[in-house]
Amino acid sequence: MMHNNKPKAVKNVNSKRFGSNYKESETKQFERFTRLNRGLHFFMILSFLSLAFTGLTLKFAYTGWAVILSHLFGGFESARYIHRFSAVIMISVFTIHLISIVKMKRKEKKTWFQMLLGPDSMLFNKKDLQDFIGSMKWFLGMGERPQYGRWTYWEKFDYFAVFWGIFVIGSTGLTLWIPETLTRILPGWIINVATIIHSDEALLATGFIFTVHFFNTHLRPEKFPMDIVIFSGRVPLEEFRIDRPDEYRQLLESGELETHLVEPYQPIVIKAIKIFGWVALSLGFSIIVWVIYAMIFAYR
Amino acid sequence: MFFRNLAILILFVALYSLQLSFGQSNDDCLMCHSDKTLTGQKNGRTIHVFVDQKILQGSVHKDVDCISCHADLEGTDFPHKEDVEKAQCTPCHDEAEELFSEGIHGESLSRGDKLAPTCQTCHGSHGIIKVSDPKSSVAPIKIPFLCGSCHKEGAPVQVQRKIPEDHILENYSESMHGDGLLKKGLGVAATCVSCHSPHRILPHTDTRSTTSRKNIPATCTKCHVEIEQVHRKIIKGKLWELKPHALPVCIDCHPPHKIQQPVYERNVANQDCLNCHGRPNLKSKDGRSMFVDVLNLESSAHSQIACSQCHNTVNPAHVRPCEGITSKVDCSICHATEGDQYRESTHGQLFAKNDSNAPTCVECHGSHHVLRIKNPLSPTFHTNIPNLCGKCHRKGEPAAVRYVGKEHDIIENYTESIHGKGLLKSGLTVTATCTDCHTAHHELPHSDPNSSINRNNIAATCGACHYGIEEQFAKSVHSVTFDKNNTKALPVCNDCHSAHKISRTDATGFKLSIMNTCGRCHEKIAETYFDTFHGQVSKLGYAKTAKCFDCHGSHDILPVDNPQSHVSHENILKTCQKCHQGATRKFAGYFTHATHHDPVKYPILYWTFRGMTGLLVVTFLFAGIHTLLWLPRSLQWRKELKARHNSNADKTEKEDDDNDEMEDEKT
Repeated sequence: MMHNNKPKAVKNVNSKRFGSNYKESETKQFERFTRLNRGLHFFMILSFLSLAFTGLTLKFAYTGWAVILSHLFGGFESARYIHRFSAVIMISVFTIHLISIVKMKRKEKKTWFQMLLGPDSMLFNKKDLQDFIGSMKWFLGMGERPQYGRWTYWEKFDYFAVFWGIFVIGSTGLTLWIPETLTRILPGWIINVATIIHSDEALLATGFIFTVHFFNTHLRPEKFPMDIVIFSGRVPLEEFRIDRPDEYRQLLESGELETHLVEPYQPIVIKAIKIFGWVALSLGFSIIVWVIYAMIFAYR
Repeated sequence: MFFRNLAILILFVALYSLQLSFGQSNDDCLMCHSDKTLTGQKNGRTIHVFVDQKILQGSVHKDVDCISCHADLEGTDFPHKEDVEKAQCTPCHDEAEELFSEGIHGESLSRGDKLAPTCQTCHGSHGIIKVSDPKSSVAPIKIPFLCGSCHKEGAPVQVQRKIPEDHILENYSESMHGDGLLKKGLGVAATCVSCHSPHRILPHTDTRSTTSRKNIPATCTKCHVEIEQVHRKIIKGKLWELKPHALPVCIDCHPPHKIQQPVYERNVANQDCLNCHGRPNLKSKDGRSMFVDVLNLESSAHSQIACSQCHNTVNPAHVRPCEGITSKVDCSICHATEGDQYRESTHGQLFAKNDSNAPTCVECHGSHHVLRIKNPLSPTFHTNIPNLCGKCHRKGEPAAVRYVGKEHDIIENYTESIHGKGLLKSGLTVTATCTDCHTAHHELPHSDPNSSINRNNIAATCGACHYGIEEQFAKSVHSVTFDKNNTKALPVCNDCHSAHKISRTDATGFKLSIMNTCGRCHEKIAETYFDTFHGQVSKLGYAKTAKCFDCHGSHDILPVDNPQSHVSHENILKTCQKCHQGATRKFAGYFTHATHHDPVKYPILYWTFRGMTGLLVVTFLFAGIHTLLWLPRSLQWRKELKARHNSNADKTEKEDDDNDEMEDEKT
């Protein structure tokens, strides 16, 4: 859960890979996410969207949209299959992430204590509280923009929301997957309870991701319409310096900044990323529109 | 007893010794047989052997000696042997006996048939009196009952032996002969024995029989002496020449035993009618064609019926016998039951009001070309009925136009229904067609309590084909018989299956729509069902999930507290296991109609939902406020960045600046 494994910069790899004809960008970029993290997020998006669409279809079965979607997925049984398949993918993503943390700990030869309380830990710490208070002040015009570090408090909140969600939705989802087996031990009404929790927690997850997370990372005016760093992994140095001054300062002080600088991607790659980003964003928004429509206009 | 017998014995021995030289006199016999308590043995059974002297004296045999009939006892000693043979009629009535032994009765008797009659069966024993005496057991007025004692419907002979005719006694008693004999007391009216002969009764297949085709005219003309002259037209007319092999005998037109009231005037034969009506260009005064196609008539079900049997107001006294015809043919003169039903039906009521739309017999059955319903060419053949009724009841036709009820596009809907498809596409003639539900002649609106489609009669109507369903339904909670105190409206077959749109119950559309049907009455419980997984899946349009009838049954629905119910404590697990093979008793604890809106019934669900809603509200409230506060500041920040970027762009020429800056900060 600690992303202090900043990607190791591989110097001049891009220029070599793309040949001498490639017009090297004059400014180097800061690599913020590893390939693994980017890959995991990509699969997270795929599985999350699939789960949301197939799951909400059942939750809002009383809307015409749900009927259309259900048929689009090839029927209820097919939708259920996609839902469970995506659930497996998401749990795999989650497991791989946990394994990567353990691997990282071994690699860096740190104790859990050191990792959890280190400067790049995902756990909330004193600075997050200061940043939060600082942000509030900034929002209200009572101070400067806080000196955000590697992980801001809202990013940490998103991160742990996934933990919470995987635990709550995953466990209730499993109950609904194998109710016959679980009710050998648990009473039958557990299925009813699991249904409510699974469905409402899913509503929370989708609602939160497609509004709050989208705003925080993509739609807030300075990043609008989207921040592609999670796909490209890299961010222009200048942007990085302004965005996360604290991290920039620390890297500069330790002299590690140079090792994290990489060549930017080719424009075609950026274009592909943006197209994917747009698709994912639009799907997310359409879900929000559908949910609002279902809850306000079609609710029985 | 012993002493009395001993006394009698001694007495007889004494008397016997006196009268050795004479045969027994009647007095000898009556000495013992006048004792009312005297018993004897016959085939191991004890029987009374008392002979009433009075009866004997009143009989035609009063002057005949006992031993003339009981010949086997002649000259025997007192007391004579047990197991005395039957009295013999032969010595005197040898002619009758001979005829009897040739007949089917005698033959059966000699074969040892236990049901075969003997002389005594009909004539009695000691009390035989003259036939002309009305008290005789074989007096004409008593003959039908005498024969009927064996040949009435349900009697052992009629049931166990091969008798080609049925309802003999009933039919006879309603026939002209029976009517004359039994109602009008005409002793000369033909009885059974008049046609079948009294003693030599033979099956009609036997050429010696009085009832064989060969002998029938002779038999009938015994009474109907002049009949040949009366029937001149038929016998000497065309039929004779056209169909020499089918020379009719009396019974071809006047079926044996059946009703044979002459509903037609004598003497008017078809040929007389066809003289004029066989001409294709024959027209009535108002221009209607009066042509009757003889070929149609001959291929019709009425080929054996004479014109005048239907057009019964013809009068042969007139030069033109048909002058007397002023009214339409009344089919009910023969088809009485159908006629009565028709008159009660909506069709008949409209006809009675002179409604021009009202169909009469001919509208459905045709006139001269009436065909049996089993004939595929008949408009009343099973598969032709929808078209036949559709002539008036199809959309836009008179009956459909004047109809004010809820059923529309009847024929179209029926054609698409399971019945319509079964009948018209699969050719299943057993499939219900219009008349199966509405009856053929007794159609009435459903509001009429006598209607076959009245709410109270629907189950029986459908049950006529759907064997077993009606019984199931009658035991179910939906049946009126279930709870006599029930005041709620109860469904019948068509409330769920519809009337004319009945679909296959395994069709997805039906399976899904049935839930709305249940929900029409069970509103709340249906609503909560749709809140559960099962309900949501079905809402999406997929039937492969538990629907009302999957758990509750369809025709055999019972309340939960009834042990027979599919959802009772005893059966619920089995019901769940229909789909959830691994289900346990605990699994069945799932709330299938759960709602999280009811804190009393489902507190756990209610509070879980409350808790989750709280979590959502708090999270979104916090995040929402955070975002809203951020938004204006972020906009401002964007402007600042832009401004900074622009100023940087100005410096782009001096590349070093940036590097310097970086290095500055490094140091």
